[in-house]
Amino acid sequence: MNSIDHRELVVVGHGMVGHRLVQTVRDRDPQGTWRITVLGEEGRPAYDRVALSSYVDGVSAEELTLPATPDPLVRLHLGDAVVEVDRDARLVRTASGRELRYDALVLATGSVPFVPPVAGRELPGCFVYRTLDDLDAITAAARDAMVAERPGRRSAVVVGGGLLGLEAARALRSLGLSPQVVEIAPRLMPVQVDEGGGALLRRLVENEDLAVRCGVSVTGIAEQRGRLVATLSDGIELDADVVVFSAGIRPADTLARAAGLPVGERGGVLVDNRCRTADEHVWAIGEVAALEGRTYGLVAPGYAMAEVVADRLLGGTATMTSAALDMSTQLKMLGVDVASFGDAHATTAGALEVVVNDPVAGSYAKLVVSDDAQTLLGGVLVGDASKYATLRPLVGAVLPADPVAMIAPGGVEIGADALPDTAQICSCNAVTKGAVCDAIGAGAHDVPAIKACTRAGTSCGSCVPVLKKLLAQAGVEQSTALCEHFTHSRAELFEIIAGTGIRTFSEVVEKHGTGRGCDICKPAVASILASLGGGHVHDGEQAALQDTNDHFLANLQRNGTYSVVPRIPGGEITPEGLIVIGEVARDFGLYTKITGGQRIDMFGARVEQLPAIWRRLVDAGFESGHAYGKALRTVKSCVGTTWCRYGQQDSVGLAVALELRYRGLRAPHKFKSGVSGCARECAEARSKDFGIIATEHGWNLYVGGNGGFTPRHAELLASDLDTDELVRVIDRFLMFYIRTADRLQRTAAWIEAMDGGLDHLRAVIVDDSLGICADLEAAMETHVAGYADEWRGVLDDPAKLERFVSFVNAPDAPDPTITFVTERGQPVPVPREPVAVGMPGVRR
Amino acid sequence: MTISISPTVTERDSAPTASPGPRWEAVCRYDRLLPERGVAALLGDVQVALFRTHDGTVHAIGNIDPFSGAAVLSRGIVGDRAGVATVASPVYKQAFDLVTGRCLDDPDVAVPTYPVRVADGLLEVGLP
Ligand code: SRM
Ligand SMILES: Cc1cc2nc3c(=O)[nH]c(=O)nc-3n(C[C@H](O)[C@H](O)[C@H](O)COP(=O)(O)OP(=O)(O)OC[C@H]3O[C@@H](n4cnc5c(N)ncnc54)[C@H](O)[C@@H]3O)c2cc1C
Ligand code: SF4
Ligand code: FES
Repeated sequence: MNSIDHRELVVVGHGMVGHRLVQTVRDRDPQGTWRITVLGEEGRPAYDRVALSSYVDGVSAEELTLPATPDPLVRLHLGDAVVEVDRDARLVRTASGRELRYDALVLATGSVPFVPPVAGRELPGCFVYRTLDDLDAITAAARDAMVAERPGRRSAVVVGGGLLGLEAARALRSLGLSPQVVEIAPRLMPVQVDEGGGALLRRLVENEDLAVRCGVSVTGIAEQRGRLVATLSDGIELDADVVVFSAGIRPADTLARAAGLPVGERGGVLVDNRCRTADEHVWAIGEVAALEGRTYGLVAPGYAMAEVVADRLLGGTATMTSAALDMSTQLKMLGVDVASFGDAHATTAGALEVVVNDPVAGSYAKLVVSDDAQTLLGGVLVGDASKYATLRPLVGAVLPADPVAMIAPGGVEIGADALPDTAQICSCNAVTKGAVCDAIGAGAHDVPAIKACTRAGTSCGSCVPVLKKLLAQAGVEQSTALCEHFTHSRAELFEIIAGTGIRTFSEVVEKHGTGRGCDICKPAVASILASLGGGHVHDGEQAALQDTNDHFLANLQRNGTYSVVPRIPGGEITPEGLIVIGEVARDFGLYTKITGGQRIDMFGARVEQLPAIWRRLVDAGFESGHAYGKALRTVKSCVGTTWCRYGQQDSVGLAVALELRYRGLRAPHKFKSGVSGCARECAEARSKDFGIIATEHGWNLYVGGNGGFTPRHAELLASDLDTDELVRVIDRFLMFYIRTADRLQRTAAWIEAMDGGLDHLRAVIVDDSLGICADLEAAMETHVAGYADEWRGVLDDPAKLERFVSFVNAPDAPDPTITFVTERGQPVPVPREPVAVGMPGVRR
Repeated sequence: MTISISPTVTERDSAPTASPGPRWEAVCRYDRLLPERGVAALLGDVQVALFRTHDGTVHAIGNIDPFSGAAVLSRGIVGDRAGVATVASPVYKQAFDLVTGRCLDDPDVAVPTYPVRVADGLLEVGLP
């Protein structure tokens, strides 16, 4: 029975803002006053357009898709554009012939790229830069250019040197082309940056291998010998395989115009401060809306509009505020930081400008202040935008210090406490300091919790440093202490142990900690000692530090028995090997299973049986698989060129070599790898801590993948490496991880938490920005040279073997509490009520 | 090498003056115990977990982990919480007070404790 009378809300456009509207209405309308139908022209649900460029770096369309939960009150028709709005009948018609009646209609059609009317702009090879489909087309064209048989560089021309043009140029460079940026204005990013900042920006951009031509325009494009030639206003001709137009955007207002709705002078559907058009049933939000005549090309004002309309639809009285129309931007592409905020061009009457220009250090900063030098109005930062996060929220507020001191190198650090409560901390989501502080007061005690309850920090991420400062200021200690015995983080402890040469836990805890340690710090120190080449993990005092798995070199199961996992590098095993495993399992009555890691696990071994089991396995040439250790687990492989008709490289050979190279390497957490022979990715390498995918020319290396609790795809770190280069980068990657990650932090979380993220990681381990790569490689060589099988080490040492007894006074008596039943022909522990506990091993 | 073990005698360990008193059973040599590590002993059908802490003291508690039902407490990591000597269950990591048997993560749960003493280098456990 469906007795509720829904009202019909129709949304045109499923972009970022349309999506936000739908989410907000649904969040605030639990009774289901509105049933929502969304019509989207693009064939996919809303995605993060702000992060569009990350697509060429390997972030997938799925990852860019904005989160939405299935909802019976929301219908999404994708790939079906609205072609007509009939305001009298309150109907929309779509390209496919759908007709939908509405009680309220929201236009969220965004913008279309502006393509200047130059001859030849329709030629194949000319593109715009707005959608994932655009990027697919550009990628395909770039690939065709790369494989075409002719000498010389493959190049691209980008028409427009604004924020988007520079992003497009960087993306083209990632695709292997040499981009030239043509900007009609005398400087790059003319909207955001002033002349001084523009000059520095140009230098920094050119250092990144992008050619820049300012003050000229493209006057025509022609085809010549299968390539394009762009002619510039100064007569110069540029060869190009790809031309991308990025010369601005125009509101996608054709529907509204055809429906007779008033539009602004420069386009855009005219709306009042409630975002309502001249028709009381029709609203417009996002880039298509001309709010009091003006359009906004950023996502934050659009989100604010979505919130206002959602509120209005549910009977509220919200209006747009000027704070929500913040046009601040921060560009963190190309390794060049650029930020502009507030009245960057000092257009306010009487405004004063304070400039600190340091061409040597490559940084330029300008603050715009009121005529009495008391109030901050805006600013521009180029080269070093680290102060953006604290400066931007101060716009409109009284300056806490002398403006020069605030931007001078080594000047005043502005604390988050200087910000007024109304200061907008997160401009993407219009969250004020007051709202963040309220959330902290209500128990949000870390950044993820603040994100969850305020949305601050969930878009571009540039406000996260301020969120951390506010947490600190509220007295919420963001403790990095390992446990009650050490105030240090794992990384600090690593430095202490590596630096001081201390090699026992007793000495570490005596000199640098308190008490006698616990199940958190002892295994952490054991892992650090092992990473530093501490010999056998049971040598000396180390034995007492190990978790039960490492203590018995096997995985503890719920009934007190252990599982046995011999290493099967790359998943490749001989028939003889299979037979030995089968015989051992049969003779000791073990349950066998193929694991998710391409090897075989034998379960149900009692502690006193382990040595005899391993004696047989070691004699047959097997060694420990470290299934129990925070160490390398497996390197999965697919058959690659060995068998597969699509294979590009020998993926099995590489997987075996990598597994043998990194076996036994202890780390802050377990780590896994995979090698796929081609982009079909049968080894699921991109779900691994480091994954390798063969290309025609070599190997692509992806890092930071994770299955498990929080799945994440690995991201491309470096491409087309030869095997030696690949191994060198992985050596550095793993050693850098081992030295700096937190306890139980997988590589995915480690990279996520890293300041500067993947770019920083690449700088450190590919470009050697810290000058530590030689050191990291040497450390790995030490590990490789020092590797020895841990199980053989036990079998050869009577003192170590002595530990493998069931009872100290009855060494061979089986534990009477262990009993089995038979299930599907194999022994399994007696079933028992499941215990309600959290994720094993993730307790901090 | 001779071992003199005075610190192991705690109040709880001294022979009770009152009636029957525990039945002492030797389980192994004291030096078989590694510092800060446990062993299990089978006494009839009772499983006892024995631990030697860093100062040489020996403790005995029940070996069965009440949370998983597995007889594994002897295989946990020995340490301290705010100065209280503990072992952490290797299954779900709850900490148990080595002196009282109390679970520090769940006040409703405790494991039995047993008196221990060292006589002639031999470790003896007292059973009721
Ligand atoms: C045996 C196996 C399941 C199977 O029957 O297939 C398994 C079994 C266990 N997994 Fe796993 N995992 C197994 C493959 C996986 C995979 C798949 C893979 O490796 O391709 C994953 C997801 C991939 C990943 O790690 O990103 C996986 C994600 C986890 C996690 C979650 C990790 C995370 O980052 O969220 C845990 C918990 C932890 O480590 O903290 C875990 C923990 C465990 C533990 C150690 C739980 C425990 O403490 O008892 C289990 C011990 C098994 C044992 O005694 O051998 N296991 N586990 C697989 C052994 C693979 C091997 O050959 O070594
Ligand atoms: C490469 C790039 C980088 C950017 N970087 C930033 C940044 O760093 N910071 C920032 O704030 N902003 C940035 N932006 C701008 C930001 O993406 C936009 O402001 C935001 O996406 C606007 O959202 P919207 O919903 O109004 O429009 P869109 O996201 O464009 O969505 C409009 C949707 O409506 C659909 N549509 C149009 N007409 C119809 C029709 N007739 N029927 C059905 N559907 C229709 C379109 O296909 C589209 O999917 C960037 C944009 C790009 C392209
Ligand atoms: S950890 Fe969970 S998913 Fe993995 S084997 Fe155990 S029960 Fe299965
Ligand atoms: S400012 Fe972009 S996420 Fe907060």
